[in-house]
Order: sequence, then C-alpha cells, then structure tokens
Amino acid sequence: MRFVDEYRDADKARALSAKIASLCEPGRAYKFMEVCGGHTHTIYKHGLEDYLPETITLVHGPGCPVCVIPMGRVDDAIHIAEQPDVIMTSFGDMMRVPGGRGSFFDATAGGADIRMVYSPLDALKIARREPDRRVVFMAIGFETTAPSTAVTVLRAAAEGVRNFSVFCNHVTIIPAIKAILDSPDLRLDGFIGPGHVSTIIGCRPYEFIARGYGKPLVVAGFEPLDILQSVYLLMLQLAEGRSEVENQYARVVPWAGNVKALRAVNEVMELRPYFEWRGLGFISHSALRMREAYAAYDAERLFDIPGDRVADPKACQCGEVLKGVLKPWECKVFGTACTPETPIGTCMVSSEGACAAYYNFGRFSRQRVREATR
Amino acid sequence: MTETRATREEQVLERIDRARRRKARVREEHITMAHGAGGKATQTLIEAVFLDAFRNPLLEPLEDGAVFGAGGARLAFTTDSYVVSPLFFPGGDIGDLAVNGTVNDLAVCGARPLYLSAAFVLEEGFPVDDLRRISASMARAAAAAEVSIVTGDTKVVQRGKADGCYVTTAGVGLLERDAPGVAHARPGDAVLVSGPVGEHGVTIMLARGELDIEADLVSDTAPLNGLVAALLAAEGEAVRCLRDATRGGVATILNEIARASGVAVVVEEDAVPVRPAVRGACELLGIDPLYVACEGRMVVVVDGEAAESALAALRGHPLGEGAAIVGRVRDDPPGLVLLKTGFGGTRIIDVLVGDPLPRIC
Repeated sequence: MRFVDEYRDADKARALSAKIASLCEPGRAYKFMEVCGGHTHTIYKHGLEDYLPETITLVHGPGCPVCVIPMGRVDDAIHIAEQPDVIMTSFGDMMRVPGGRGSFFDATAGGADIRMVYSPLDALKIARREPDRRVVFMAIGFETTAPSTAVTVLRAAAEGVRNFSVFCNHVTIIPAIKAILDSPDLRLDGFIGPGHVSTIIGCRPYEFIARGYGKPLVVAGFEPLDILQSVYLLMLQLAEGRSEVENQYARVVPWAGNVKALRAVNEVMELRPYFEWRGLGFISHSALRMREAYAAYDAERLFDIPGDRVADPKACQCGEVLKGVLKPWECKVFGTACTPETPIGTCMVSSEGACAAYYNFGRFSRQRVREATR
Repeated sequence: MTETRATREEQVLERIDRARRRKARVREEHITMAHGAGGKATQTLIEAVFLDAFRNPLLEPLEDGAVFGAGGARLAFTTDSYVVSPLFFPGGDIGDLAVNGTVNDLAVCGARPLYLSAAFVLEEGFPVDDLRRISASMARAAAAAEVSIVTGDTKVVQRGKADGCYVTTAGVGLLERDAPGVAHARPGDAVLVSGPVGEHGVTIMLARGELDIEADLVSDTAPLNGLVAALLAAEGEAVRCLRDATRGGVATILNEIARASGVAVVVEEDAVPVRPAVRGACELLGIDPLYVACEGRMVVVVDGEAAESALAALRGHPLGEGAAIVGRVRDDPPGLVLLKTGFGGTRIIDVLVGDPLPRIC
C-alpha cells in the first residue's frame, strides 16, 4: 500500500537501529517518553522495541484521549443519556470506559440510546434526521479532535439545528506535559512529541521543554519508521549536547500549526480554570469548555448534570502509568483484576492505552518471543 | 538491574496467565454487544452460562459442531443464527450466508453435509419480495453445496421487535473420516489460510454506509465442503486442524488452536493474504484484518512435511486459489499466537475482547 509500506520497511529499520545503537554511551540508560497514545499503539503493534538496544526505554505518556477521562465525567454523560429523548453519541473508544456506574455499553444494555460515531458531523447528521430527539455529542480528545467539534458546532449554528449539543471534555496537551516535567518521580531524557496534536498546535508550544527544562523533543509521525527515526534524532541531540524541538513529521505538521483550526476552536471554546484528569488529578487551564455565546449547544448548560467527583478505585495505578512512572505490568492489578474485558482503569480500555497495548500486543517476555519467532 | 526487572516482569506475566486460566465468570448484569462479537466476552458467556447449564461430553470441546455415532453411522451436527445487517450486501445476502455458514461448520468437522433446517423470525411489515429473494438465494446456495433444506419453521413478531428477518439454520452431515479438531496441532506443523482474509467483515462494514468509504469489495461467502473434500482427499491424515474463520477472524481461530493444542503459533504478517481494499479500509479504521470476519475462508494446520502439497491441493480448487502458508507451529510459548510483523518486530495476537472498535485518532 503506497504511503504506508514506505514507512514500514524492515531494511531501513535495521539501518536506523544500528545508527541508534552506535550513539549509545556505554553504561548509560536512556528514557524517552512518547506522549501520544497513537505512538504507544504503533510501538506495540509493529514490535518496534525489538529494534532498540536494551538501554533505551520508551515510557508511555498521557496522550490517550479516553485514558484521561475521569470516572465522574463518564457518569455525567450516562446521566445525560438517560434523560428523555436523548441520543448520546461518541467515538467507539469511549464505549467501554468505566465510570462509577458502569460504561456506555452497560448503559446501552440498560436502555439508554448511545451510538458510536466516527465524527461529530455524523452526530449532527443524526440530529437533523431525528428532529424530535436531543442529540448530544460526548466530545473527547486533545487539540487533534477539538477543531472538528468546534466546526460541527459552528455548522449546527449556521444551519439553525437546535437539537444538537456537545458535552465538552476536550483537553490540552501542554499542561499535561508540564505536570509530568514537574513531577519529582520521573527522570526523562527526551520526548517523542505528539504528531496529530502538532498538526493543529504546531511545534512552537513545545519550545519551553527544550529551553526551560533542557529536554529535547522530536515531533513524530505514526508509522514505525517515523518513531524509530525520532528516537535516532533524540539520541543525536543528546550525543551532540543539543536540546531542541525538531519536526520529524514535517510531511504533515507545519511549524506554525493550523491557524484556521485553532481559530475555530477559539471561537467556540475557552479554557476551563481547571479540569480533573484521570490519574493525574486537577490540572489548571488544561481543558476546554464551550463559550457563553454557544450556550445553546453546551450540554453542560442544557442538562442538569450531577458533576460528582468519583475517586479512582484504590487499586488502580493509572496515574503512575500515565505519568510513565510505572510500566503497565508494574501496576498491582494489571492483568489480574484489570484486563481489557473488565478494565478497572482507563489505560486498559482504548487500544491507545498503554496497559491495553501491552496486554494485547506485548504481554510476553521479549526474550522468549524473540526465541520463539527466530 | 535489567536482569531483576526482566525476572519481575516474567513473574507478573505468569500471574496473569494463571488469572486467565481461572473459571469463566460473567460479571455483567445485562447482555452487551460484546457478548455477541465472538471474542473473549462471547467465550466467557458460553462457558459460564451455556456450558454450565448443558454440560455433556459432546458439547464440552466447544467445536463448530458435535460429532457422534448413531445407528452405525458417524454424524456431525451444528446450528447457527444469522442476524446480519444489511440483509443484502455485495456478494451475498442473509440467505446464502445462513446456508454456507452451516455447511462450512459441518465441512470443517470432516463431514459431508447432507440436510439443513431453516427457521425464520420475521418482523411484521417485512416485504414478501425480500423473503422470496432470500429464499431463492438459500436454494441456490444449497444446490451449490449439494445439501437439501428439509425442514423449517416460521415465526412473525410485531413491528419493532426484530430487525426485518433473522434466519437460523441447523445441519447434519455424514462423517467420512475422523474429525480434525482444534486440539491436534503439533510443533513443526504448518499453518495455511485458504484465501485472502477479512473480505466479508469489511464488505458488511462498508455496506452499512456509516463510513462513507467506497471500495470494490464483495463478501467471500461460499460453501467450503468441496474445498475441504479436495484437501482431505489429497492430504488425509496429514491434516491436523480445520476451522472456518468467521466472527473474530483468523486471529481468533489461531488462538483456539494454540490453546486447545497447547502449542505456539507463529504467523508471518507479510505472508497473510489481504486484498488491498481490505487492507486500506482496515488501516483507515484502525482495525487488524486478522480479526475481521470471513464467511468462506478456513484455517488449515497440516504436518510440516505436507505444507507444500496441501497448498497445491487448496490452490487447485477455485475457492482456494488465494491460499497461502502463513505460519508454523512451535512448542513454546504454549497457548500463544505470535506475529512477526512486516516491519520486522514481534508481538502477540490475543483473543479480541469485544467488537473491534475503531480508534479515534
């Protein structure tokens, strides 16, 4: 397949792998965080760690959109879905995320009308088709998905669709990275920067990481060679004593981002003073809400939501996993009480969640896997 | 430090393995869509509810059909319900799907399918013309598979209580040799698939029209009894396992084989035949073609020595033209399916939890 196979070439991978190995200082261990869940998924799906020397560890970051949704917000969404005439819509990943009172799937089995959509525009389509129902879109995701939500609201407003609203849970990546950088329990050597988010926000917002914290960051694409090359670029920066923001994904990410998309988001949404992140707690100015001017499309204003905070289950260590302090398998309940079929924590739900990716694709000693496939 | 970390990881993984071997338990209070998706949730439901209630030696292996002796003959018996939406899709409809599905379940038991039953649940208001189309297609499929539909049942429910038309078929077949079961794979065996994977599942997803993707694809629904007969005639005892890959795709079947036989299955990603349109759609949707349903493909495990001749036997039949050797059976790690990725890495292929949900970004 064109534009895919080129980025999965095993010969090129071997060459890059050798170059990476040659940059390793003897006796030094390296830790890089891939911020984005999409990268985590790629790393496990393609078995990318097989190309890295033992001394380089990839640490999985907080950039999985459903992983950071706190349980209380899921309960709020289910509460909305249970109101008369409501059709709740969301992305497929959301369906299994556990709230305090179960997941969307459980709510559907209990009679709520919750539908999976591929885009908020599909939700708007449902609203047009079913004018007697109130269609709510559970908006989740980072800057990647916020523009499509904003554009959908603008279109609903332009078309005068009155039975559509958004339950806004959009979050922003920079405060989360900052929280990780400020967290005392983690020592990182650099970051593999989120590719999709950067198509919107560009590369500039990361400069404080390179300058202020002295950590190199390479914005990376989502094919396995993209990630391998980014590791190489990070190693090169370290070897040369540089700390810069580099753009490996220049074929998609403009340095300045997507101004038009940012404008749409800014028109419809504003920063919340604070927002709770699953496992990370409250982070100030880390999420978006609908502006007053679009109150008619804001499910939080239209519905009387309980807004109760639900504490994460005691055994769950999603926070440590999201911060990269723990590897998925180091969590106390990983694989025993918490599995993809009965997830306790959100990291076990989405295929981008570090725990689910590890459980589904990697749950085996690399040594034995290598021997078995030799 | 790496040493102790690796050892600790190994211990955790063993603990998980133990947890996975525990008795199945359904925790949900209600049936969810995941219970019907053919993955772990389905397995749990079957083991914890049905097997618990009906337990008997014929049911226990949980094969595609039951095999037993009656009046001197050895018979295979199976049943399946069809609720596909849309009812008509490129390459087939619920009718030929219902016939082929049951024919295939019998064929992979090593049986010659003989007689089928057909039961219909119809929704009030369902067009009679559609029912005629479905019946005609069932008749054609039965003729092609050389089986007769010899008994049936019809029920009508109120509008809104069903989705148009559901079909249930059951079938009996005559066993002409010992049934190759999922528990017979041995280290050194070769793993084959009879053709490109995932076409039925992707065709249905696209036919639902929710994705706005267009592709030149038709369902692979087909009766496999001719292909099975050709393979068994050529390879006989060298054939260890046969399974048609339906819900849950090839990956799910391979997991069943690895688990039941206590072996490892190692698959070469690049060797698995996938049509470009299927690969493209799966890439866009973020799903793995190995988990996508087929309705006319099977997984075959044969003695390693017989791999090439089995491949030739499959390819000599019109329904096996796209067959390929995709992997081999090893002894370690038992119960696991491993994939050598096209990129040159390795990973495991697990049983799916529920529906393959598309990723969002």
